[in-house]
Amino acid sequence: MEKQKKIMLAHGGGGRLMGDLIQRTIVPKFGDGQSVQLTDSATVDVPAGKLSFTTDSFVVKPLFFNGGDIGKLAVCGTVNDLAVAGAKPLALSLSLILEEGLDMDILEKVLQSIGDTAKAANVNIITGDTKVVEKGSADEIFVNTAGVGMLMGNADPSFARIKPGDVILVNGTLGDHGMTIMSQREGLKFDTPLKSDCVCLHELTEMLYNDCGNAVKFMRDPTRGGLAATLNEVAQSAGVNVELDETALPIDKTVQTAADMLGFDLLNIANEGKVLAVVDAEVVDRVIDLWKSHPLGEKAAVIGTIAEADGSPLVELVTKIGGRRIVQTPYGRELPRIC
Amino acid sequence: MKPSGLRPSNRKATEMLERIEQARKSIHSACEKVGRQIQVMEVCGTHTVSIFRHGIRTLLPENLKMLSGPGCPVCVTDQGYIDVVMDLARRDDTIIATYGDMIRVPGKGDSLESLHRDNIKVVLSTDNGLALAKKHPDKTVVFVAVGFETTTPASAVAVADAAREGVGNFCILSGHKLVVPAMKALLGSKNDKIDAFLCPGHVSVILGSDAYRSVVDEFNRPCVVAGFEGVQILEGLAKICEQIADGRAEIDSVYGAAVTPQGNRTAWKIITDMFEPCDGPWRGLGVIPGATMRLKNQYKQFDALHRFGIEEVPSEEPAGCQCGQILCGLMDPPQCGLFGKKCTPDTPVGPCMVSTEGACSAWYKYGR
Repeated sequence: MEKQKKIMLAHGGGGRLMGDLIQRTIVPKFGDGQSVQLTDSATVDVPAGKLSFTTDSFVVKPLFFNGGDIGKLAVCGTVNDLAVAGAKPLALSLSLILEEGLDMDILEKVLQSIGDTAKAANVNIITGDTKVVEKGSADEIFVNTAGVGMLMGNADPSFARIKPGDVILVNGTLGDHGMTIMSQREGLKFDTPLKSDCVCLHELTEMLYNDCGNAVKFMRDPTRGGLAATLNEVAQSAGVNVELDETALPIDKTVQTAADMLGFDLLNIANEGKVLAVVDAEVVDRVIDLWKSHPLGEKAAVIGTIAEADGSPLVELVTKIGGRRIVQTPYGRELPRIC
Repeated sequence: MKPSGLRPSNRKATEMLERIEQARKSIHSACEKVGRQIQVMEVCGTHTVSIFRHGIRTLLPENLKMLSGPGCPVCVTDQGYIDVVMDLARRDDTIIATYGDMIRVPGKGDSLESLHRDNIKVVLSTDNGLALAKKHPDKTVVFVAVGFETTTPASAVAVADAAREGVGNFCILSGHKLVVPAMKALLGSKNDKIDAFLCPGHVSVILGSDAYRSVVDEFNRPCVVAGFEGVQILEGLAKICEQIADGRAEIDSVYGAAVTPQGNRTAWKIITDMFEPCDGPWRGLGVIPGATMRLKNQYKQFDALHRFGIEEVPSEEPAGCQCGQILCGLMDPPQCGLFGKKCTPDTPVGPCMVSTEGACSAWYKYGR
């Protein structure tokens, strides 16, 4: 059967065209194809223990951006959700919703990226689904991934274990992904191009749990809503205050410039390759040493502390000039300002 | 580990800390000398946000109070103007091109965001608006032209480009405003709460520092231009407090060489080539003579009011909303009965809560 140049409704119709798409276009992108099971549901061998299970959908625009694309994002996003929960990723599912008329080249590029990222992360894509919707009913391509992972024996992350005196760390610069996407959307160009931090973080989380065990109280990848949303959730859920040190926040200069131009606060901006950890103060130096020994943690920093809440819990920032201000959960959509 | 907030890592950082400390000392000693309550108005919304973001209020002596002024473009835009935008957005033959801040400002009922219409586009510049017009020749693109002297030149250039290139389906709804007449109107309305003005760096680059001459001479109020960095704001406040302590009222600047007495004549010429001042309504301040900018008669085909035959823009404000009082520095946001209750960033009633540069939004986000 001749390969089509564009996605047609029939590609999702359950017939020969769909079979051809799966066999010839989708499956070969995932390594040697051994791991993909073409049955309605896949089976996976699991060792004894607790299973973590997560799902996430990806609708990013533009599909391709500096540092990644929707495919890479779809794998990293789910791997990271498992990783910060203290799980070792085992397997992913992949669902595609394609818009009629999508260029086959674009689909192939996205699939290649999914395959490459999964392979690099050593996680198998074992089941999936493909739907095609009428032109205009979706925007080119939407991706959903779900993932399962085994909870590491010594991992016990929970809000309840966060206590005053604990320390907050992050593995690198803030807001890189969100500002890259927004700058690309708005056509802003810089001498040093912005680059998304989109990456799988499981190696960073695993090294922490393996080495520091229970001293790791909580981890989260601060994606939408940025650090501000995550830390407010920490404050509210653990009933504590969070105190951040502005001078300690790792921030890329160009990213800061872009944020200033658009009137954004980088604390509110999405990251896709950052993990925030709340740890016992005793292991802080060890965590910094561990992370700094890994390429994804070179700019790791201690950015704040957990304090007793006197009144309703809040997140406060000690600013560069020594002032103090509150950091709130963002509204949900950052709007570029007028001037 | 406790974050110090002040951790010098190199020579530059040390210098910065010294400047901050010097400015703080000057502010405190001048305020102590004055003794009474001093109220300084930051005219510009960007300053309002910056003051909150840097936590500057927490560094000031008790008798120095910052008032947020009328310099947030969204906040001073009259309700009637918003309602006209909403009416134009509901038409099928238009595309509304707007800066992001405007889309959540409620009109009588809806906001541009809650209309959920495909013809509403958030743009970053007038160029994007003009490009939309070229791309959609079957629609009329209405650019929601709000802002002060910083954004007016871009609107002027867009209209000039549209005229030169014959882009007939582009027009602007001008809500452009001038800063200085508003400052004078505030003082002229027997508002004796304002001791001095902290003036915005970017607007002053275009205006020139001489533009504040009449405020200083006629009303005897210090006007000091500062940029938006925390240290610059502190240094600007130090200059203001020193003037008040010495009983002086002068124009000064800590914005360096960017602000000249005459300002940016090129930008100003573009503005005056295309626009002329007229009397127009400001939210909370009423009609200020000569403080609103409209397109000159020869460009009226690019004026949305003319294009759509809109004669009068009715003005109506939401019940209970105190944005007007807040913009005049007569009330702090938490004193408004709606603040934090009916009016929050998620459910804004007045524009001061919507705009990222609005005083209410800044108080709500960063203050306690």
